[in-house]
Amino acid sequence: MSKVKFGVVVFPGSNCDHDAYHAVKHVLGSQAEFLWHKEGDIGGADVIILPGGFSYGDYLRCGAISRFSPIMKEVVSHAQRGGHVIGICNGFQILSESGLLPGALLRNQSLNFVCRHVHLRVENATTAFTNQYASGQVIEIPVAHGEGNFYTDLDTLAEIEDNGLVAFRYAERDGTITDEANPNGSLNNIAGIINREGNVLGMMPHPERVVEQLLGSDDGIGVFASLINAISGDVTIPGVAVLP
Amino acid sequence: MFKAIITVKLRPSILDPEGKAIEHALQSLDYTALSCVRIGKRIELQVDLDDRAAAEAAVDEACRKLLANTVMEDYTFELQKA
Repeated sequence: MSKVKFGVVVFPGSNCDHDAYHAVKHVLGSQAEFLWHKEGDIGGADVIILPGGFSYGDYLRCGAISRFSPIMKEVVSHAQRGGHVIGICNGFQILSESGLLPGALLRNQSLNFVCRHVHLRVENATTAFTNQYASGQVIEIPVAHGEGNFYTDLDTLAEIEDNGLVAFRYAERDGTITDEANPNGSLNNIAGIINREGNVLGMMPHPERVVEQLLGSDDGIGVFASLINAISGDVTIPGVAVLP
Repeated sequence: MFKAIITVKLRPSILDPEGKAIEHALQSLDYTALSCVRIGKRIELQVDLDDRAAAEAAVDEACRKLLANTVMEDYTFELQKA
């Protein structure tokens, strides 16, 4: 059993919390616990997962109210101490609202809620969240969001690109980057970014939904396995399609 | 006491696809003189302060902290004596 401890934050309206818990606890055999958003500490977790869903009904803006939940103060100080934080979908929106990640997630350019599998090209495989993939590897992960259109001003975009902060980009099956592969209008097909320090990741696609063959694919397990590898160095996951 | 009327809109540099769709509908209704549709939010709230400057400062701070995300949105507000 991995010694790495995951804390999965539960906001009112979170709905991917159990999927994330299942991925790290049952598939990867890590320690995991749910953290109710009203709690004032993160219970010694090494990694905080902000799961997908519709926290606070997406009122005002997605993630705008959740970022002021009591636990977010602890999540921010955890991140500032160098602790790892991953925000998926609504979790990404909360991270950008809280200022832990740059930019914002606008309404999808199509104005439609997009719910389908997309291909992602792993842009930077040296991060704590992607080290079990190869740079340029294409993985298939589902998206399900109405506000995933990553936007930032051009200076910040240049900083993100120049520093290798793009973790994943929407791509074709063969890895080419096209407008057609972009489900929401995100700048530069950006699907996931890390912060400058490399300890915070936000991504719109849902890796926790594809973590074992029983679910049709295990393309997403590498994100969580990468964290275990980065923190404890022991990746012992049987049958996971990751790099040797 | 004041009533604050706050308007939050996407910044002008950001494409507003909802506004565009409405603009197309207006065009198809032959409102050819109407264009540049931008959708926003109107927020009304009560400010329990007597001093106008203090009320302005409070509303402005609330806009920056919570009511608008200045990465993507601009806000304006007016205070009415209540």
